[in-house]
Amino acid sequence: MINRKTLLELGWILPSIAIPVGMLVAVIVSAFGMMIHVPSDEGTILPAAIDSTPPFDQPGVLRQVGPNQYEVAIVAQIWVFNPREIRVPAGAEVTFVATSRDVIHGLDIEGTNVNVMLIPGRITRQNAIFKEPGVYRFVCHEYCGAGHHLMFGQIIVEEP
Amino acid sequence: MATVSTEINPQLRTVHRLTAAFIAVALVSLAIANVPALFQAFDRAGFNLYPYARPVIRTYYQGLTIHGVLNVLVWTIFFLSGFFPFVTVYALGRPLASMRLGWIAFWVMLGGLVLAAIPIFANTATVLYTFYAPLQASPAYYIGLTLVVVGTWLIGLDILLTWRAWRRENPGRVTPLAVFGTLATYALWTIASIGLAVEMLFLLIPWSLGIVDTVDPLLARTLFWFTGHPIVYFWLLPAYVSWYAMIPRLAGGRLFSEPMARLAFLFFVLYSIPVGLHHQFSDPGIGGGIKLLHTFMTFAVFFPSLLTYFNVSASIETAARLHGGTGWVKWVRNLPWGNPAFTGQVMGMFLFVPGGISGLTNASYNVNQAIHNTTWVVGHFHLTVGGAVTLTFMATTYWLIPYLTGRALWGRRLAVAQPIIFFVGMAMWSETMHRLGLESIPRRTYLSQAPWFENEWGLNRILLLIGGPTMFVAGVLYFVIIIMTLVASREPARVEVPLARPGEEGSHEQVPKLLDSWRPWLIGSVVLIAIAYLPVFTHLLRNISSVPGFAGIW
Repeated sequence: MINRKTLLELGWILPSIAIPVGMLVAVIVSAFGMMIHVPSDEGTILPAAIDSTPPFDQPGVLRQVGPNQYEVAIVAQIWVFNPREIRVPAGAEVTFVATSRDVIHGLDIEGTNVNVMLIPGRITRQNAIFKEPGVYRFVCHEYCGAGHHLMFGQIIVEEP
Repeated sequence: MATVSTEINPQLRTVHRLTAAFIAVALVSLAIANVPALFQAFDRAGFNLYPYARPVIRTYYQGLTIHGVLNVLVWTIFFLSGFFPFVTVYALGRPLASMRLGWIAFWVMLGGLVLAAIPIFANTATVLYTFYAPLQASPAYYIGLTLVVVGTWLIGLDILLTWRAWRRENPGRVTPLAVFGTLATYALWTIASIGLAVEMLFLLIPWSLGIVDTVDPLLARTLFWFTGHPIVYFWLLPAYVSWYAMIPRLAGGRLFSEPMARLAFLFFVLYSIPVGLHHQFSDPGIGGGIKLLHTFMTFAVFFPSLLTYFNVSASIETAARLHGGTGWVKWVRNLPWGNPAFTGQVMGMFLFVPGGISGLTNASYNVNQAIHNTTWVVGHFHLTVGGAVTLTFMATTYWLIPYLTGRALWGRRLAVAQPIIFFVGMAMWSETMHRLGLESIPRRTYLSQAPWFENEWGLNRILLLIGGPTMFVAGVLYFVIIIMTLVASREPARVEVPLARPGEEGSHEQVPKLLDSWRPWLIGSVVLIAIAYLPVFTHLLRNISSVPGFAGIW
């Protein structure tokens, strides 16, 4: 029996299903159409072995892996990033490979999709394309002890 | 409003002291946590008040731990542990199956709270309420919090036994909605809390006691979020029980659709647990595909809240029209705005709308990277748990404390203004926190002392500076009202328990059998959890990566 009340209920329920489904479609298109993904599993690493394991034995050294594509390692520890400054050419696609030496840290590079957790024992990878020259600040965004708020660095994007 | 105490079985009153005891602890916690809350708000606005808090609070991060633990864990859980047994007793019209079990639960929880509070105030558990390993707190902190969880299980068990006794006494009757919602809450919480229990018993407690040297931070974190997301529904659903089972009565009407309300509760049983990875989109060591699956599940758990927006609004509108309300909007004038128990809850509902929407952003896989661990998230949960849940609980005390003490509420008009003041403060503050989050300002960070943060004077800073203290003032007003009610009110209370009378609550005959049964929904819940979490835990257990702990680095 369809009465006025049932119509009202259906009139709310159907859009309540349609709107989230539409938003999910947008997420799927952005993920698989535009290839914007979140970090995935990149393996484990012993914190004690960081200094002898590539690429973490050379943190901050920009290595070219393709045409205008680079990779750079970052090691987070209380309460500093190693390195604190990275210089990249404008237009470069940079993959950040990062881990933590002690407790959980975060890495959030402003104006990019790099917003990741650095967990001791795990390797995090995420990439970003730096189109515009300028200074991009990055900070630790997970509480890591007394000096958490002092933990930051910058990426300087230079004219090629 | 007529008193109904004459019709009530005097045995029901046995629950009053238990409820009062839980709510007293909740209120003391809320009052204490209000102080570091103000310090936090000033820090965001660029003023460092923490030096003035020494030696009670030594650091910003200790203050944040106190604020987080007392407000989000203790205020909510102690309040609902008093509220749910009360609701169960009055909705079923029979006393608790075991008062002794209820009191054991209370003392276990209070003991746990004291045990956890000692290291927090001694600055040996400054690990925030998420206690992410390998930050290592004093074992008393983990053991204390575990005891609080054990106490919640005992309360859940007592409610279950009470309901079963009622069913034996009333064969064939449909469970009243308020109790149905209560059972749904404890069903999802009992399943969900297994994650936290495993994390505590097998990882954190042995490790903090020095029995094992290392811990896998990612495994601990994943177990934490197995419980950590559904715990928000443990806090939220008592508010939903009030909105569905009590707001219609307070507004002078009846619930618009009882089957729809039951469906909403059952959806929480199904979908509130297999969603935890949406807190871990940014984590390494977990595959992207399973994270996307948790996005789907989280969108599904948004659905019952959409049902609630509709059903509760429709109930309120129906009540207004029963009292002569007309027109598209004019009917809002025919609502009992002079009743603080009503106004406070509606203010909470208003905050819940933007809070629910920003939660969808958090749950949206890659979109989450725009706001993960920024002040956006803080803005979000201050609207939901800090806004909707807190205002609903406060408003509930505006009828519950007079009912329990027999003293009329002191300062009724002030009590109507109080949630409105809180609403205005929260709206300003949390909207600003959302916007700062979009500018990559990290959460849980000592911003006033961060060398990289230039806190320029502007709209944001002014809104934070007004919004935070406004909420603090509303908090102080709340305690003035409660304390004055307890010590200065001489008038007898003329309040009732705002539950629907039998036969009023929708119409029970219309509740389909499926919406008054548990088995299919509990099986569905377990199946969805298995789909969402078996691949994660299998993978993590095959790729253990343990590290030593770090204590005292705060």
